[in-house]
Amino acid sequence: MKAAIITFPGTNRERDIRVALKRVTGRDPVMLFHRDALPAGLDLVVLPGGFSYGDYLRCGAMAAQSPIMRDVRDFAARGGHVLGVCNGFQILIEAGLLPGGLLRNATLRFLSMDCRMRVERAGTAFTSRWQKGATFRAPMAHGDGNYFADDATLDRLEGEGLVAFRYVDDRGEATAAANRNGSVRNIAGILSPNLRVCGLMPHPEDLVDDLMGGTDGLPMFESLAEAFATA
Amino acid sequence: MKARVYVMPKAGVLDPQGKAISHALDGLGFAGVQDVRAGKVIELDLAETDPARAKAAAEDMARKLLANTVIESFRVELA
Repeated sequence: MKAAIITFPGTNRERDIRVALKRVTGRDPVMLFHRDALPAGLDLVVLPGGFSYGDYLRCGAMAAQSPIMRDVRDFAARGGHVLGVCNGFQILIEAGLLPGGLLRNATLRFLSMDCRMRVERAGTAFTSRWQKGATFRAPMAHGDGNYFADDATLDRLEGEGLVAFRYVDDRGEATAAANRNGSVRNIAGILSPNLRVCGLMPHPEDLVDDLMGGTDGLPMFESLAEAFATA
Repeated sequence: MKARVYVMPKAGVLDPQGKAISHALDGLGFAGVQDVRAGKVIELDLAETDPARAKAAAEDMARKLLANTVIESFRVELA
């Protein structure tokens, strides 16, 4: 798998993504800065978390306008795989690669804690190592993760199986209490119609080694490694 | 020519900031505040001197960057 990680001023956790990808592929991903061009022959582009451009205007709004995002849009339009985590999810939404919006958390509080997610869509390049309905733990660290879309968009997402992950409690139920940021219908992550662009707020890359306190997030990266095993 | 772009959370979209402000006003003893919505104002200083063209340009900027029309509505006023 040939993967690239894009960083912007204010990005963080890019090295966590790098560790996760290297662990499953044995290959170091290409690290790019927002002024670089996207190299040819990539299988996967990852937009990591952080607070790009200080979250000015709206989270991800400035990064979405940076030159490299034109390359990312073209890459996605050609069928390339793109993963956006946390601020990366916000950037994908602001760039129009995924629908909806991410509002300030309903409590107005920055959330720095673990959450539990349920896999709603298995069998994609991001989720093939999980069974549908499986749950796993992931850290979250965001102030603006409150997913919103209008009812027509939500019904389309649900109808086409494009909700990737939902916030659930310990019993795997999508309760209001498990939905700490207030996301509509407990949505934690979504997919594009071709299933090749995935965005989510929590950080699976931060649980990929026992030294990190668990390997709950590893299946996402194993899924990606498997999808591009021949590449 | 100056243009002012008012960006507001759309009706029906949760506005946690507005809600918090509303609670704080209530705590200060201001009675009868039925709803608060918090948005932002962006002032543009434009080289354009034709009002219609300036307004159209500001609206284009709002659609493309200044507002996320999924969650926000906007209104342009020329100053």
